[in-house]
Amino acid sequence: MTVEPMAVDGVVSGTPSRGGGRFDAIVVGAGHNGLVAAAYLARAGLDVVVLESSPEIGGATRSQEAFPGFRFSVFSYLVSLLRPEVIHELDLVRHGLLLVPTASTLNPLPGGDCLFREADPQRTYRHIARHSRRDAEALFEYKLEMRRMGHLMYRLQRAAPDELAAAIGDRVAESAEHLDVEVSAEVADIARYFLDLSPVRLRSFVQMLTMSSADFLGQWFESDVLKAALSSSSIIGSMLSPRTPGSAYVLLHHYMGEIDGAYREWGFQKGGTGAVAATIARAARSHGAEIRTHSPVARVLARDGRTAGVVLANGDELRAGVVMSSAAPQISLGRLLDPEDVPGGAGAGLVERAARWQSGGCAGKVNLAISGLPRFECMPEPGPHLSGGITIAPGLDYVDRAYDDAKYGGFSERPFIDMIIPSVLDPDMAPPGKHVLSCFVQYAPYELAAGSWNEGQREAFGDAVVRTLAEYAPGIEDQILHRQVLVPPDIEAIAGIPGGNIFHGELRLSQLFLLRPDPAAASFRTPLPGYYVCGSSTQFGGGISGGPARLAALRVLDDLRRPETAGDGGGAETP
Amino acid sequence: MPRRAPQGTQAVQRALGLLRSFTPEAPEHRLSELAAAHGLHPSTTHRLLGVLEAEGLIGRSPDSQAYRWVPGAPGAGDAEPSSRQNGLRPLEPLRTPFHRRTSARCESGAWRDWSGYTCVETYEPTPEREYWAIRNAAGLIDVSPLFKYEFSGADAERLLGRLMTRDFSKSRTGRVMYTSWCNEEGHLLQDGNVQRLARERFLVSAAEPCLRWFEDCGWGMDVEVRDVSEEIGVLALQGPRARAVAEATTTGIDFGAMRYFDLAAGAVGSGAGAAPVTVTRTGYTGDLGYEFWVAVEHAEVLWDALVEAGQDHGLLPAGLLALDMVRVEAGLVLIDVDYVSASHAEIEVLKVTPAEAGLGFTVKLDKQADFVGRRALELEHERGPAWAMVGLEVDWFELERLWSEIDLRPQVVGQPASREPTPVFAPGGWQVGQCTSRFFSPLLKKYVGLATVHADAAAPGTELDVEVAVGYGRRRARARVVRRPFFNPPRKTAVDATPGVDE
Ligand SMILES: Cc1cc2nc3c(=O)[nH]c(=O)nc-3n(C[C@H](O)[C@H](O)[C@H](O)COP(=O)(O)OP(=O)(O)OC[C@H]3O[C@@H](n4cnc5c(N)ncnc54)[C@H](O)[C@@H]3O)c2cc1C
Repeated sequence: MTVEPMAVDGVVSGTPSRGGGRFDAIVVGAGHNGLVAAAYLARAGLDVVVLESSPEIGGATRSQEAFPGFRFSVFSYLVSLLRPEVIHELDLVRHGLLLVPTASTLNPLPGGDCLFREADPQRTYRHIARHSRRDAEALFEYKLEMRRMGHLMYRLQRAAPDELAAAIGDRVAESAEHLDVEVSAEVADIARYFLDLSPVRLRSFVQMLTMSSADFLGQWFESDVLKAALSSSSIIGSMLSPRTPGSAYVLLHHYMGEIDGAYREWGFQKGGTGAVAATIARAARSHGAEIRTHSPVARVLARDGRTAGVVLANGDELRAGVVMSSAAPQISLGRLLDPEDVPGGAGAGLVERAARWQSGGCAGKVNLAISGLPRFECMPEPGPHLSGGITIAPGLDYVDRAYDDAKYGGFSERPFIDMIIPSVLDPDMAPPGKHVLSCFVQYAPYELAAGSWNEGQREAFGDAVVRTLAEYAPGIEDQILHRQVLVPPDIEAIAGIPGGNIFHGELRLSQLFLLRPDPAAASFRTPLPGYYVCGSSTQFGGGISGGPARLAALRVLDDLRRPETAGDGGGAETP
Repeated sequence: MPRRAPQGTQAVQRALGLLRSFTPEAPEHRLSELAAAHGLHPSTTHRLLGVLEAEGLIGRSPDSQAYRWVPGAPGAGDAEPSSRQNGLRPLEPLRTPFHRRTSARCESGAWRDWSGYTCVETYEPTPEREYWAIRNAAGLIDVSPLFKYEFSGADAERLLGRLMTRDFSKSRTGRVMYTSWCNEEGHLLQDGNVQRLARERFLVSAAEPCLRWFEDCGWGMDVEVRDVSEEIGVLALQGPRARAVAEATTTGIDFGAMRYFDLAAGAVGSGAGAAPVTVTRTGYTGDLGYEFWVAVEHAEVLWDALVEAGQDHGLLPAGLLALDMVRVEAGLVLIDVDYVSASHAEIEVLKVTPAEAGLGFTVKLDKQADFVGRRALELEHERGPAWAMVGLEVDWFELERLWSEIDLRPQVVGQPASREPTPVFAPGGWQVGQCTSRFFSPLLKKYVGLATVHADAAAPGTELDVEVAVGYGRRRARARVVRRPFFNPPRKTAVDATPGVDE
């Protein structure tokens, strides 16, 4: 695969020369979270450098002109989880954020039938009533409840889990004596909100943490097609079937999204998700942050039990009292950390737990350049449905079987496919009259029972996707001009995510809240004072959100202001 | 996109010939196949089919490029009652069974979505003539998008007793009852009319879908609840001349003896083409009026008969803007405008009880049947409701005073009712509620509005401030709480012989 990097102003390659390699803070990884962290630190006046191992920025948010005239959103494709705070505090609109909403979802069904959900609730009611009138009504109440749950998650996301736990503990114990954490008014407020949750709401929350999405949705709906359609969000990026307990949480994760307060809205960034990274990079640079590609970090440097900087793969040393890593735990808490450096003998356990982190990939991406708009059997003519999401998930059994293939080490012969047609939303994505079709596909395990992925298997996987598409959009196979097939090892190689899991680690209760990415690092602080984690594997991470990095950066700034509370080792000094 | 028809009678003949090919048995045809069968050039066939499609007489098949039979389209093979087939072509707007008639009269091109249906907002560019027709002659309003549920079975009455706040042990065949229904917390879900068609058969009309709620509440009962929304078209014939028009068109009903909220079966038209109708003396205008309930296949017969007879009585088809104006005068609350259904309310404060929505009169706490929400409503009854739905009136001199500040006469006529909620204040003080519907009534010569206010600000005569737009500005106008309805003519309930009892 030839990768043509999209140019971003002012991003430079190689080792920084500035200041003899001394900075206030170093950020490892120029994915969108790393860039958000750098932007917040630079905005607060720190001298920051971002070090990215690959030739370009963006991590899993990147666009690429893979074939002349055709631009792909290589991996991630839609934006919804991006925190409003990040948009406003970093002034992202000024730096290029432009989200075009995808207002509808089409689920083509066998035999030319379909399930269509539009922005207009009345019309959506009619579409669903064709399958079940009861469900058409229930959808409204379901959405209302999910909106409330989304709001609950919104509150949760505003605080680091340890702070929140402390605040809740505070309230429960009604005595702060035994607690060491000073809690802001806002966190106290969130804690109060949780303690005041009605039993009904609490029930929904616990259900979402523990149930399978099929069971959860089964409480509301009777029609298989609607349950399958709604369960899509519960398996995205996860090695789970809608029938696996815990999948309801993944559903909830996707319901945290909004655009401008409009719940569950998804948008396409003009230019593809790479433009999101470029936008944040511009914001970071506008505050003076420096961004370096081709700069793999080999190790975090420690002196006297605290962070002192990093060592690059080429041996160069860069100094800083604060290092933030946006990479996955296997890297941040594994490879980059010498257990010996961690004070109090906490290092070995940390490194060992990081190795056991569950982040096997399950999804592939098939990006197609096509000669014209696809003609779906259910709605062959061009229309608004082509500017929304289009999902092949015609029934729960279908998705469950697709999962079964992967469970036994194969890719799905008839996969779940979540599509958008970026060129309908943004004509700059393809030459006039031609289009790009972005297919997010499950399941494709990181390791195949037949051995590791090779070119033949990759192509067979691509063929399965095209074959499946052709069942619903006959003729698509003849419209394909170019095809890019990416499977978890490619995600690992290009975006630097070990295992290729799109969220840097499964979103399951064992890897959430106080356990994400590790019990000793749930506050974004690691046991090595001055070293922080800030990527998708941290609190509420996963997806283009910027939320974890923002909270992490705010915590860094707070620690710099209040050195006595920083880190388990205590006694951190302002750099 | 309408296409231009080929000229001449030959084209009409050809078009009709093509149309007749579409039947329920042979619903789908490809262009090439039709061209061959009718001996026409494909491009001619294409143009003719284009016209038929633009007129809604045929459609496109969902799965291919074929053309398709449309249920209920006249001329095509015999029409079954249209069903939710409508949704099969997901991008097609829903049409009421009167659509071809209403669209032929809709000069303004102003349409509004109502429960997914494309409905006429005003037939003429401004709603004034339609408004005056309702108040001074007769207006004909297509209200088919209402949801309709048929309850049948031995337990039909029992289920209504459980669901509804009214007492259905008191309902009689041939009568209509207006009622509210609530959730367990006594919060209002909806309000609507219930027709008792027979001992074990009722028809409930509702503004929003509620099949699931009705079914779930009837769990274990011997009753079937069927959604017949798309099987029945409804026309509201309203205004002082409504009875004359009804009598001129309908056989089998003694309108002189029909009381307010009575129900009767009759027929409109004559001979084989006669349309069986159910007529209820109900409406949403606060005026003399009837609603005609008709199977969709007879819808156009009904429309044509009423419009033709109505010509001698000043009848005009009226759109939703005119309807909104008269319903405010009648003091009738509208769901999702004046109150939010508890099933839609995202936060608790938006939920109201029937009493708080001005529908306290529909709650019968003395009834035998235990009904959903009873306990909560009993508690409310002891405590008193927290909010009240009131009528507000701003008199002419107050309007003159405000407008003279910017050196103008009051600019208030010709404006449709506003649904944008605005705050209501204690005189010169804090907000005590919100005004959700309001307009200047040219009939009453007053600015009138419906408002939800704190119970202690609800006594008739209480002075409150409402916000009114004066030029570009917003001014506080002094308003008075008055009893609803604002307009309540004796003709609304009058009967010929001995007056009956109003419900
Ligand atoms: C196929 C796919 C589809 C997706 N679809 C969506 C979607 O539609 N919507 C959505 O919201 N989310 C989606 N996601 C998830 C989302 O893209 C990711 O969760 C998010 O982009 C991760 O951002 P990050 O900054 O935390 O990490 P990353 O983007 O993974 O960035 C980490 C960066 O660190 C770099 N790095 C790693 N190790 C080192 C080192 N030692 N030295 C220097 N640099 C290093 C990596 O090269 C990488 O650039 C998708 C992900 C994938 C893979």
